[in-house]
Amino acid sequence: MNVNHLLHNYPEAVAVILFGIGFSNLLLQKNLIKKIVGLNIMDTATYLFLALKGYIDGRKAPVAADGIQNVEAYINPIPSGLVLTGIVVSVSVTALMLSLTIRLYRRYHTLDLDKISVLLRKEGK
Amino acid sequence: MAFVQNFPFMSIILSLFSGPLCSVLDGKWAKKVNTAVIVIIGLMSSCVLGYVAGLGEPFIYRMGHFPAPWGNEIRVGVLEAFMAVFFCVIMLLSMAGGVRERLLQIEESKQNLYYIMVNLLLCSLLALIYTNDLFTAYVFVEINTISACGLIMIRQNGRTIEAAARYMIMSLLGSGLLLLGICFLYSVTGHLLMSNIRQQVEMLAVSGEYRIPLMVSLVLMSVGLAIKSALYPFHTWLPDAYGYSTVSSAAILSSLVSKGYIFLLIKIFYRVIGFEIICSSKVIHILFVFGVMGMIMGSVSAIKEESIRRMIAYSSVAQIGYIYMGFGLGTEIGVVASIYHVLSHAATKSLLFIAASGLTDASGDSVRYEELHGAGFRHRLAGAAFTVGALSMVGLPMFSGFISKLLFAQAAMGHEYKMLITLIALAVSTILNAVYFMKTVIRIYTPASQDGESKGNRIIHMREQPGKSAALICFVILNLILGLNSEPVIHMIEAGLEMFR
Repeated sequence: MNVNHLLHNYPEAVAVILFGIGFSNLLLQKNLIKKIVGLNIMDTATYLFLALKGYIDGRKAPVAADGIQNVEAYINPIPSGLVLTGIVVSVSVTALMLSLTIRLYRRYHTLDLDKISVLLRKEGK
Repeated sequence: MAFVQNFPFMSIILSLFSGPLCSVLDGKWAKKVNTAVIVIIGLMSSCVLGYVAGLGEPFIYRMGHFPAPWGNEIRVGVLEAFMAVFFCVIMLLSMAGGVRERLLQIEESKQNLYYIMVNLLLCSLLALIYTNDLFTAYVFVEINTISACGLIMIRQNGRTIEAAARYMIMSLLGSGLLLLGICFLYSVTGHLLMSNIRQQVEMLAVSGEYRIPLMVSLVLMSVGLAIKSALYPFHTWLPDAYGYSTVSSAAILSSLVSKGYIFLLIKIFYRVIGFEIICSSKVIHILFVFGVMGMIMGSVSAIKEESIRRMIAYSSVAQIGYIYMGFGLGTEIGVVASIYHVLSHAATKSLLFIAASGLTDASGDSVRYEELHGAGFRHRLAGAAFTVGALSMVGLPMFSGFISKLLFAQAAMGHEYKMLITLIALAVSTILNAVYFMKTVIRIYTPASQDGESKGNRIIHMREQPGKSAALICFVILNLILGLNSEPVIHMIEAGLEMFR
């Protein structure tokens, strides 16, 4: 392993560290809202990684402006497209998670998933 | 281009659009539309299967007619078409088997929403089966997760909402890992189409570049899909999700949703990375170890369960363990055995869930063991069907479970150091299966003592629940076909895997 590689690719390293933070939040937090925040950090970190992969230094966004047709002028548009698709997906799963959270909060007046489990066991259904 | 080649795309689009259509219909019509859609897609997939089998090679359908590295593709071989037909059959029977429960457990105004979810689920399963593009696969994995979550929480009580939340959390962890894995692979190879990635990966394997990123992405994708399909240490969401949702949902979730992810993983192994590279990597050893642990621990948890539904759910954990153990063997026969087990488990587990719901109906809707005494006499068909499913899970000859166990044992033969472990695990797991399934079968055929007679007990005749009876009979026949006539199915799986290359 060469540390220089890590320093050279520090934005990617940051993206993966952010992914780790989001992942562990989603897995380990007890509070549902914090879990959802973790989910969003995790997804956004992936988009950061993808966007970095598409970026080429000194080039512009792939929108044909001023009649420039040359491919050399633009960054790789595919990762940007993937990021957009990914954002749509993560918006919808976030909405679904939030609606589940609202349902659970109205029923049990707590956001702690473990407490909800205890309450459910007491209910004995 | 033959007209049949349009069918895979048409079936995906048909199920996708029938979802929103159901939102403007009332429950009854939505049900009819749903049944019609599943039947039509099943028929179209059979045509595709016949066509591909006659063609002898896979065909590629270009979406929007853009050529290979840019456009999106659908790729259909024998195995894909067969899976599509099989999934349609299981889904149709599972829906038919739970008609009464759905009417009772889902609010009247929300009946049609259930069918939206089922249609979208079918759409995402078909897309996962057919697609040749990794990012498309990711998007449909998420659609699959969302609609599966809807199937769990449509029965509104605290338990199902909590189960849905837990299911979503674990699923999202899995899809996050999958997405990161796909991004790594894209950044290394520069492609998203499976065939193109495969070429690049082969070149990289020869030159020895990017060895570590490739392995990292392989591990991320495997673990992500393993979490989503409830491999042993990640199975915590499973018993609640299967145990408390309405019976059609439980049957569909256990036999189709998790299998869709497993099929995607097989595609990644064969079509994206290449099976030789997979076999030479360490990933399969990890899958093997977790698979074996799942086989044992799932059964141990099932023995401890007091509720019949949760017991069947835990048995799923054990069966998923079998499938991953088959991958872990790292041989072609191992994968054939795994795919056969996917079929056999799908046919058996949905049979068990629906038969169990018949038994609980006859016992005053109680899922607890004590109150199931004599249920096999009160609902004879469900009792018989449950016995068939139990025997198949234990692995008695004649039933499908036997063939898959036989295939696993054959696959393990001649393996240097995994042979002994596999055979021991198979033996132990069979005994544990027998303990909890036979315990249940004996219990449902033990007449209830007179003083312990509970009020809800009633005798149910076959004609009372035509949908359930028909579904149970079809499932039993399907099980017997898979068990007695396994040769053609195994040949088809082998031919399908050959087409994957």
